[in-house]
Amino acid sequence: MIIEGVILIFLLIGTSFNTLGVLGLLRFPDLYTRMHATTKATTFGSIFTSLSVVVYGLWLFFDSKDSQFMVLAIHAFIAMLALAFTNAVGSHAIARAAHRMGIKPSPAICDRLEEFHP
Amino acid sequence: MIPFIITALFGFFIYLVFTAGSGNIGLWSSSELIAGVALGILTGIVTRNFLCRKKNYRMANPIRLILLAVYIILPFFIEMTKANLDVAYRVITMKIRPGIVRVESNLRTDLGIFMLANSITLTPGTITVDIDEKTHDLFIHNINIGEGDEEKAAFKDVELFSLANLPAWIRRIAE
Amino acid sequence: MNDPWILLPFWYPIIAVLVILMAGSTIRLYKGPTPADRAVAVDTVNTLTVASLILLGVAFREIIFIDVAIVYSLLSFVATLFIAKYLGGEL
Repeated sequence: MIIEGVILIFLLIGTSFNTLGVLGLLRFPDLYTRMHATTKATTFGSIFTSLSVVVYGLWLFFDSKDSQFMVLAIHAFIAMLALAFTNAVGSHAIARAAHRMGIKPSPAICDRLEEFHP
Repeated sequence: MIPFIITALFGFFIYLVFTAGSGNIGLWSSSELIAGVALGILTGIVTRNFLCRKKNYRMANPIRLILLAVYIILPFFIEMTKANLDVAYRVITMKIRPGIVRVESNLRTDLGIFMLANSITLTPGTITVDIDEKTHDLFIHNINIGEGDEEKAAFKDVELFSLANLPAWIRRIAE
Repeated sequence: MNDPWILLPFWYPIIAVLVILMAGSTIRLYKGPTPADRAVAVDTVNTLTVASLILLGVAFREIIFIDVAIVYSLLSFVATLFIAKYLGGEL
């Protein structure tokens, strides 16, 4: 009963942060601020939904001693790690390419990169 | 020879993680172990010049790997939670004051710069946009610059994190 | 022979929410004023796809879906890097 509650709480945290990420993607005014919303919020939300699967797999493994649930937990954990690291690097690559392409941060207080390579 | 051994052991370890729970020698079956040894040696022969390109074996030290795991679980995860609450606040209220600033760090190794850039991307209010290759300074898009801070030529890297001193952790792990 | 999988009722509603979110981010994919905005939207759709594939693997009781999710996340990472290289004019 407690573990079911933990899984449900993880899933609710994950989906609410994913929802906030997509809302930020739709509401923010320019590319860089949109990227803030998608990178942080969707990575965090997907980590929590995957963590619920890890908890579920470990629970069933200690409940039934069937090794397929161990496989489930380990592989969900690896998928979570792959997701977290690739998202950060991918967003960095898109931001760098966008600035080289000539997209300026449109509401901006200051832009030091503009002075560095115009 | 040393890059080959490190790469082969690393590949073998990854294969063991992926096939855990397949048999009863420990957690693995004998055919999976033999396939893992063969594939590890093959991976070591093919990619030995990619993993240890700088002839720098600092990360083969197990203490640094344990510190890396502790770093991800404790201080980094706390900062990430704070970052997401911050993003939630900004999405709902739309109070933003964005801009790109320069941040100087004293890290020299590639791995240190990589970890600092990724930590900045996933922690409060900032994403990394570009890097100055000569001085290893980072250019960071900050979603909420404080009043008067836009006059500064460069930030220090510790000013970006409020709860934990992440650059000191990175320096201990990667330098 | 009892069933080792314990039935939980809330996988499918969560997956439905994630699919609705994917449809929402395709609005940005359609509107986005610059190509980089569209790349960000595609990246978001990929992340949500991986998350829902992991949940689908539990809901359908197929562990192979999670391996598909790992490979999908790595391939979408490579695709994102190449889109970024193309946009930055380095290709």
